[in-house]
Amino acid sequence: MSVALRILDDGAWLSVDDQRRVSVSELWRLDAPEFCDCDLVDFIAEGFTEVSADGREVAVTTYGKCIACGESGVPGRLPVGRIREGSYEGYDRQHVVLRPIERRG
Amino acid sequence: MPTDVERWKSEVYGNEIREHLFRFAEEGWESIPEDEHDAWFERFKWWGLYHQRNGQESYFMMRIGTPNGVLEPGQTEVVAEIADEYARGPETNPEFGDGYVDWTTRQSIQLHWIKLEDIPAIFEKLEANGLSTQQACGDSWRNIVGNPMAGKAPEFVDALPVIEELNETFKGNEDHANLPRKWKVSVTGSPDGSGQGDINDLALEPASKEIDGEEVRGFNVRVGGGLSRNEPRLARDIDVFVRPENAVEVAGGISALFREHGDREDRYNARIKFLVDEWGPEKLRRVLQEDFVDFELESAGEDIREQYTYNAGGEEHGDLIGVHEQRDGNYYVGLNVLVGRMGADDTLELARLAEEYGSGEVRISQRQNVMITDVPEADLDDLLDEPLLEDYSPDPHPFMRGSVACTGTEFCSLSIVETKNRQVRYARWLKENVDLPEGVEDFHIHLSGCTASCAQPQIADISLRGMKTRKDGEPVEALDIGLGGGLGENPQFADWVGQRVPADEVPGAIENLLATFEDNREGSETFREFIARHDEEELEEFIEPEETSYEDPYMHNTKMTWYPYAEDDDMDASPAPTDGDGNSIVADD
Repeated sequence: MSVALRILDDGAWLSVDDQRRVSVSELWRLDAPEFCDCDLVDFIAEGFTEVSADGREVAVTTYGKCIACGESGVPGRLPVGRIREGSYEGYDRQHVVLRPIERRG
Repeated sequence: MPTDVERWKSEVYGNEIREHLFRFAEEGWESIPEDEHDAWFERFKWWGLYHQRNGQESYFMMRIGTPNGVLEPGQTEVVAEIADEYARGPETNPEFGDGYVDWTTRQSIQLHWIKLEDIPAIFEKLEANGLSTQQACGDSWRNIVGNPMAGKAPEFVDALPVIEELNETFKGNEDHANLPRKWKVSVTGSPDGSGQGDINDLALEPASKEIDGEEVRGFNVRVGGGLSRNEPRLARDIDVFVRPENAVEVAGGISALFREHGDREDRYNARIKFLVDEWGPEKLRRVLQEDFVDFELESAGEDIREQYTYNAGGEEHGDLIGVHEQRDGNYYVGLNVLVGRMGADDTLELARLAEEYGSGEVRISQRQNVMITDVPEADLDDLLDEPLLEDYSPDPHPFMRGSVACTGTEFCSLSIVETKNRQVRYARWLKENVDLPEGVEDFHIHLSGCTASCAQPQIADISLRGMKTRKDGEPVEALDIGLGGGLGENPQFADWVGQRVPADEVPGAIENLLATFEDNREGSETFREFIARHDEEELEEFIEPEETSYEDPYMHNTKMTWYPYAEDDDMDASPAPTDGDGNSIVADD
C-alpha cells in the first residue's frame, strides 16, 4: 500500500496521506556537527523543500537555523517519522535527537 | 517532473472547480474523498476558499475580491449579513467575539469558519449583489489593488476605469486562469504612491510621455515585486509606457508571458520575481515585445515618483485616515480598523452610516482600514459624532493607526505565531505606556506570522515576523524584528536586525528603541532617516528586548492548539470536522 507524501503550504507542512503531519516552526535537537559548532544543534525548522522515503523512514529536507548560534542553512534530510504497516507514525521530535540521513554510515 | 499542484491543476482547474465544489457542498464534508483532500483544497483556492488549519477541518476561510477595495452601495451590508449568518465557529475570540469581517492588506475581505455546506447559499447572495470570490486565491489574477480613493481623490491619471477593465477581462478568463503561481497586480493613478506597486508582480504607475508632440498620461510598467519567502523584491522597471487604452493588452501580454515562461517545476521559484531575476528586465521586455504584444511598445515615460508621500518616511500619513476632500467637493472619511478586523454588527453599522451620510459606498485600503465616501460637507459633523467612530477612529493614536497584522495561527496553516490579538495587545500597551518622540505622528508596526508576509512587514518602521525560541528552556513564540522599511520614491525593505525575541519582550524592545531614537536623534530627523544613518551592527545594538508590564497570553505553541483561545485548546479537544449544522462528525472506526 503506497503512502502519499508531499510538501504543502509553501513548505510549511509535510502532508502524509492528505493529512498535515509535520509543521515548520518545531524546535528540534540535531546531531549535525557539520551544520554549526554547537554540541547539539538547537534547530528551528523554517521550511521544507522536499520529502523522501528511505526504506520506511520519512525524511524532510529542511532549511532553518540554530537558535543558539544563529547559523542557518540546510542540515540535510531529517527523519521525522516512519511508515509501519501502511500507516505513518511520527517520531517524538521534541524529545529525541534527530540525525540527518546523510550522516548515517 | 511536474509538481503535484501542477498535476492537480492540469486535471481540474479554473471555473470548472465550481461544479465540484457545489457537489461536495450538496453531499456534505465527508463526500470529499480523504485521499483527495490536498488536491481539492488546493483547487478550492481558485474560488476564494482556503481550508483552515489542523484542528479546524471542514471549516474554510472565504476571501471576497473587491477590485481596488471598492464596495458599491449595498455591498457592505451584504458582507455584514453573511458574516453574521455564516462566519461563526465553535468558539469565540476574546478580542473580537464571533462573526467578524477582516479587511485585508490587498483590499479584499476575509471571513472565517465558513462551512462547506453553506458555500452555495453564500455564493448566491454574493453574486446577486455583484460580489465574487472568483480567483481571490489560487494561481491566477488576484484582486487588483491601488489607491482606494481612485476616481474620487486627486489623480494624475484615472486608474479606476483601467482596474475595472482589467478585472472584467481577466476574471474567469480561461487563457489566464492557470498561471504558474499567484498574479498580483497594482494600478495607481494618484501621485502619492499609495497603490504600493513596488511590491506587486505587475505594477502600473502614473507617468506621462510626449508622443507625436503631445503629452500623454498613462502608466510606466514594473514587474517582479513581492515580499514572500524571505526573498523580497521591488518591482523592476521594464522600460515600458502604456496608455490607459492599451493597459489590458500589455498586462495580458505580461500575464501570458508568465504563463508560458514561469517555473512550473518548482513552486518556490515560480513567482515572476524569480524570472525577472533570471532574465533581467531587458530580456523580459524583448520577449514581451516579440511574442506577446502586437504593437510597438513605447519606452518608459516620465514618472512622478518624487511626489510619492505614502509610507515614504516623512510625517505625512498618506493612509487616507481622517476627513479629506474629494474631487467633486464632497468628502471621504477614513476610519482606522485596528488590525483590520470588524465585528458583523459594526460592519452593518458601517454600511448604515455609509448609506445615511454618503452614497452607500465603502472602500478598503491596503492598511486594513475603511473609507466612507461621498459625504457632503454639511453632514460631516453629524457623521463624526456617530458612536461607531469612537471605536473606529478618524483620528487614531499613531500606535493604533500604524498597526497591521495578518491572520496568524488562529486560522492559517502557514503562520508560526498568534498575530491579530497580539498586535491589538501590543498597540494598546504601547499607547498606554510609551510616548512617541516629538513630531512622530506616523509609525508603522506590521506583524506577520511567517515569511509569506501577508502583513507586509518589510515595508514598516518596525517589522515583526513569527519565529520560535526557547525561554527558560521552554519553546515560546518569538518574533524577528526588522527596521528601516518603507515605500516612497526610494523604497527600502527592512533589515532583520533582531532575531528570535520572545513575544512578551517585544513591547519592551520597541519602548527601548524609541528611547534610543529620541536620545540620539539629530534635529528633527525622522525615524526612517535615523535608522538609515546606522549600520547593521549598530542597529542590532538598538534592539534591547525586555520584560515589562505587558502580558502575553499566547506564548505557548498556538500552532499546535486546535484554537488558541479555547478553554481546552488541546488538539484532541477539537469538535472538527463538523457537519453542515456544526455538529461534530464522529469517525465510524
